[in-house]
Amino acid sequence: MNTNKPELVIKELGQPGKREMTINMGPQHPSTHGVLRLELDLDGELITAVRPHIGYLHRCFEKYAEQMDDYSKVIPYTDRMDYVSAMNQEHGYVIALEKMLEIEVPVKVEYIRVIVAELQRIASHLLGIGAFGLDLGAFTPFLYCFIEREKILDIFEKSSGARLLYNYMAVGGLMRDVHSDFRKDTSEFVKTFRPKIKELNDLLSYNRIFIDRTANIGVLPVDVALNFGASGPVLRGSGYKWDLRKNDPYSIYDRFEFDIPVGSGEVGTLGDCWDRYIVRVREMEESLKIIEQAVDTMPETGDVTEAIPKRIRPKDGEVYVRSETPRGELGYYIISDKSASAYRVKARAPSFVHLSMLPAISVGSLIADMVAIVGSIDIVLGEVDR
Amino acid sequence: MNNKTIEDIAEVLKETLGLDELTIEGGTIGEKWLRLKPEELLPVCKTLRDESGLRFDMLMCLSGVHYPAENELGVTYHLNSTKLNLKVTLKVRVPEEKAVIPSVESIWKTADWHEREAYDMIGVTFANHPNMQRILCPDDWEGFPLRKDYVQQETYQGITTRYDEYE
Amino acid sequence: MGIFQMTANSFALTTILVHALFPLTIILVYALVAIWGERKIAGFIQDRLGPMRVGGWHGWAQSIADLLKLIQKEDIIPTDASRFLFKFAPFMMFAASYAAFAVIPFSSGYMGSSINIGVFYLLAVTSLLTLSIIMAAWASNNKWSLLGGMRSAAQMVSYEVPTIATVLTVIVVSGSLNLMTVTELQSGNDVLGFLPNWFIFQNPFLIVAFIIFFISILAEAHRVPFDLPESESELVAGYQTEYSGMRWAMFMLAEYADMLLLSLLGATLFFGGWNSPFGDFMAGPVWGFFWFMLKGLLLVFVMMWIRWTLPRYRVDQLMHICWSILIPLSFINLILVALWELIF
Repeated sequence: MNTNKPELVIKELGQPGKREMTINMGPQHPSTHGVLRLELDLDGELITAVRPHIGYLHRCFEKYAEQMDDYSKVIPYTDRMDYVSAMNQEHGYVIALEKMLEIEVPVKVEYIRVIVAELQRIASHLLGIGAFGLDLGAFTPFLYCFIEREKILDIFEKSSGARLLYNYMAVGGLMRDVHSDFRKDTSEFVKTFRPKIKELNDLLSYNRIFIDRTANIGVLPVDVALNFGASGPVLRGSGYKWDLRKNDPYSIYDRFEFDIPVGSGEVGTLGDCWDRYIVRVREMEESLKIIEQAVDTMPETGDVTEAIPKRIRPKDGEVYVRSETPRGELGYYIISDKSASAYRVKARAPSFVHLSMLPAISVGSLIADMVAIVGSIDIVLGEVDR
Repeated sequence: MNNKTIEDIAEVLKETLGLDELTIEGGTIGEKWLRLKPEELLPVCKTLRDESGLRFDMLMCLSGVHYPAENELGVTYHLNSTKLNLKVTLKVRVPEEKAVIPSVESIWKTADWHEREAYDMIGVTFANHPNMQRILCPDDWEGFPLRKDYVQQETYQGITTRYDEYE
Repeated sequence: MGIFQMTANSFALTTILVHALFPLTIILVYALVAIWGERKIAGFIQDRLGPMRVGGWHGWAQSIADLLKLIQKEDIIPTDASRFLFKFAPFMMFAASYAAFAVIPFSSGYMGSSINIGVFYLLAVTSLLTLSIIMAAWASNNKWSLLGGMRSAAQMVSYEVPTIATVLTVIVVSGSLNLMTVTELQSGNDVLGFLPNWFIFQNPFLIVAFIIFFISILAEAHRVPFDLPESESELVAGYQTEYSGMRWAMFMLAEYADMLLLSLLGATLFFGGWNSPFGDFMAGPVWGFFWFMLKGLLLVFVMMWIRWTLPRYRVDQLMHICWSILIPLSFINLILVALWELIF
């Protein structure tokens, strides 16, 4: 006889003194952005406890990096950590190795790296913003974002041959030079993209329902954010001006003029979901500024492969190099023992850190807000689990 | 920008905590680090965070490292002061058999998940951590993957995990 | 049983069959077109093409292909589900919206049942939708379904109040519960000399009533921004989570039928039903059917348009809109409409 009748669902609710129901959000759930599993205790629709479970995408990147017989063989793997901003992941890794090897990179390479990194930042933010809208039920902005993102991927495809995982940057240079129309394509994209940001603001950012759903939700005070090690748009959304491109400049970011947009509590409390969202939108405009300047001043000629070392064998020592990815501070901690492969590589992933503070900012909100909060911290599970 | 070197920071620490000496180590290239004894870790971290001239408000990274040659496990802490723009690296090493390090979770919340990761990967236990469980691997996984002498288990719940035979 | 009686019986049977099959045919054809149409409209709004392959011209056969696929799918019933309720719920849901079509005056020449409590019957029968959703949610033995079912119950019970209040305003003006009479009252083009005598033009407060009515039917039909019972990004699929194949298709059919029903109700109450907008020009039973469907489908189109533009409300905000804005407003409006009718 089948004893498991639907009373079971209620049995959990019906115990005396227990109002909560435990529910598994994920690993197969439409808005956990991959394979995140959140164990929620619900009182009605009110969340009383959150327990994130991660590791469903764990591939042990760090072990792989130690096992490879060449440092440069790790680069394709860094792409696969945060697969929506692969260029930024590569960028962090190659500057870490260049610091270990004390290589001077040709200026042209630096320019191209900055341009592609900023393009990638826009592409990644577009995906983040679009998916955030999708989580709140707005389907159309998601596709509008994708149309623009496609244009960036087209540029990348012409230069690197790939659309998602590029393996484009090399230690000391680039795998190959950009395609001949790179300059033209990029400036055309900048020109066409500016009005689209306004369109996005009209459609989504200042939409009354969108504001109702995101303002005053998932408020992250700045001291909590710092204590949790938040970085990137999540920290800036709380109103803290902290951007590694300005505060700890790497590559040639000190040559460009741009602002750091921060949240201001414009429509709600400082550090709510809307602030984190709008920081991303405004950051895209700043990235456009950087791209414009870089395209204008980029040197015409130069060999992008000349500084690539034949053999990568750093002296013994260790570095921790961080860079600003679309999601926040990406750090690579590399220990070398003079051999051809790393002794230890640790990637400090911003999504991992941001996800760890999820319980702190989501308890006490409704289950629909949980979706908004997860969307607003814009995690990529490939990076969380590595 | 970086007006304080690691030596200056060590000086400040020695003064405030009355420590006799702090070892500064470093490789041929890259950054130097402060080598701490496990029992020194908590007071040093508290001072680093709260001392007005230091203000290390952010724990950037916490990584576990295995040193099989010395039969030791280590943990590296990368700290950052966003207000004064300082960086410092701390290292703690303990013998493999008695791998217990005090948790800094009470000082920086970042350490919560990072310490769980270090436990998961290297096998260092953190004392006074609120939830010392594996985080990336399943709870019933055997061994610590990032140890240099790690051998992957043959099967996990009846699933073959090693693919050597197919090669 | 004599031969005469047999003929009488078979005549009655034929009448029943015609009355039963006519709305069913309309619903089925409409559902196939509307699902394809919604995808094309979504594509148009989102700067893409939508279905283009099946059937040649703009993928017109896409919904038929989908239907065939759904028929072939395995009918999965979870082990722990309450089997009878689980199987029964989708059909009951469809039956609820299908039964309500009986009192809709499709044209001046056709109405399934000319009972004089038509509106009352329609509102009563559509309440069964709530029941069937809760039934489905409960029987699935799934927490997501349960949450969706609870949301839906709260939402539909709440939004029935402003719907009924605004329907009442029209009843106040027309003085009849029979939708055919309501429609007949709206013939002619006398408002301001040229506008049709539709209720929406007859009384300024009925415009307000229509806006409240439209918002409420969006919620009743679970359309964005009030699609909380099945909000796919929060509750996976709400009460539909455990359903697959034809049973799931029945839910979809019922949803689309409900959408059409409420739109047609709106067209009858506010936009003159089967009356032609040009007075006697292009009038008559066949043209009447055309105008009626056109009006209804236009409202359906607006619903789709809204769906592809707006995000979704949260459950407490939804309740707030209903209980603290729409309900007081609709009752005040009811008094104002009555006063206007008394004075003019």
